[in-house]
Amino acid sequence: MSAFEFIPSLLSGLGVTLALTFGGAAVAATLAWIAGLARMSHQGLVRVLAGIYIETFRGTSALVQLYWFFYALPLLGINLSAMVAGILVLGLNIGAYGAEVVRGAVLSVDKGQYEAATALNMSAMQRLWIVIVPQALIRMLPPAGNLLIELLKSTALVSLITLSDLTFRGMLLRSETLRTVEVFGLLLIIYFVVAQALVCGLRALEQRLAKAWHLENIA
Amino acid sequence: MKFEWTFAWNVLPELLMALRVTVFATVLGMALAAVLGLVWTIARRGSVAPIALVARHIVEFVRSTPLLVQLYFLFYVAPEFGLAMSPLATGVLALGIHYSSYLSEVYRAGIDAVPKGQWEAARALNLCFADTWRLVIIPQALPPVLPAMGNYLIAMFKDTPMLSAITVLELLQTAKIAGAEHFRYLEPLTLVGVLFLALSLGSAACVRWGERRLGVIRPR
Repeated sequence: MSAFEFIPSLLSGLGVTLALTFGGAAVAATLAWIAGLARMSHQGLVRVLAGIYIETFRGTSALVQLYWFFYALPLLGINLSAMVAGILVLGLNIGAYGAEVVRGAVLSVDKGQYEAATALNMSAMQRLWIVIVPQALIRMLPPAGNLLIELLKSTALVSLITLSDLTFRGMLLRSETLRTVEVFGLLLIIYFVVAQALVCGLRALEQRLAKAWHLENIA
Repeated sequence: MKFEWTFAWNVLPELLMALRVTVFATVLGMALAAVLGLVWTIARRGSVAPIALVARHIVEFVRSTPLLVQLYFLFYVAPEFGLAMSPLATGVLALGIHYSSYLSEVYRAGIDAVPKGQWEAARALNLCFADTWRLVIIPQALPPVLPAMGNYLIAMFKDTPMLSAITVLELLQTAKIAGAEHFRYLEPLTLVGVLFLALSLGSAACVRWGERRLGVIRPR
């Protein structure tokens, strides 16, 4: 059996890996915006709550969080399926890092832009969504892209809470065939190819946004 | 079911012992990563094009594949080549290799910040390759990147629970065993989280302090 024949069996786990990556990214992006903006709120309590979320999920390990959600939460009466736990934890974890990216990008928008928007009598919401967010978004893309790759790599952890992702398939295939070098070698190559595809996609998106919004100078 | 403080109190000493393994793996892994990262950076900067190309691709590959799979690869493949290592040694090696790829990028930024005139001066003084790096470039490039290295040290610390997947008796693995023995995962796993949080917040404060000492402005 040549090593190439392992590929279909490995790829059957790719769907789970991609679902976790994109599901996790959706959760992470939402949380990153909420926590990132909340961190800059005028309300002290909102700021503190966002800070607690960010520090808790950045300060503990992703794998520990995964185990906690999967093995410890049921003892408190909350049962999550492995898939839900996986998406939730990856989203919460990467979202905490993303919140800092959002905050950094929003703060990096020139102060004159706030002042101009205020001078134009825009409401706080208009100021945020019409003036600040588009400019912050383009600055956010490169670090957000790095986080997406981190997210993709973190999905391998779900194999440890019994989800049948790419890594889990690799482990199964290894125990069936005992062809360790080929199986794990292929596994690494598949992750690498997916990561490169994501990087290329993000770079294209970045260029398109910069062009569409005439923001070449800052991108 | 409620959080039982007595049980938590009973498993705590065991977890603290295991924490030593976690810290040990982190420190050794970081030492390896620091040296290996420098090797990649110098190879990428060197004048031998094929070596530079290979080094660049190795870094890119290691950076974009999961640490867990790299860990499995080392753990299961090395014995097939007659290289039997203890799980802990394998774990340290994997952490070191993985993080050397991140540190290589950090060093690169530090080296780019060294003024070009310094390279020219070293050349004018007829310093050899090794002396240029050892006496001129590294002493200037290293201090500004120390805070970034500190951040990766914390990141590596948070990645050590993965070593439990290759049976290293670190913090998480010990908590899992304690949990399985008593059919209660809530307390040990929560304690592991709290211990990690306490140590990473503490180290992050140290990194920020170091940043101020070195007068480094936090990059956005």
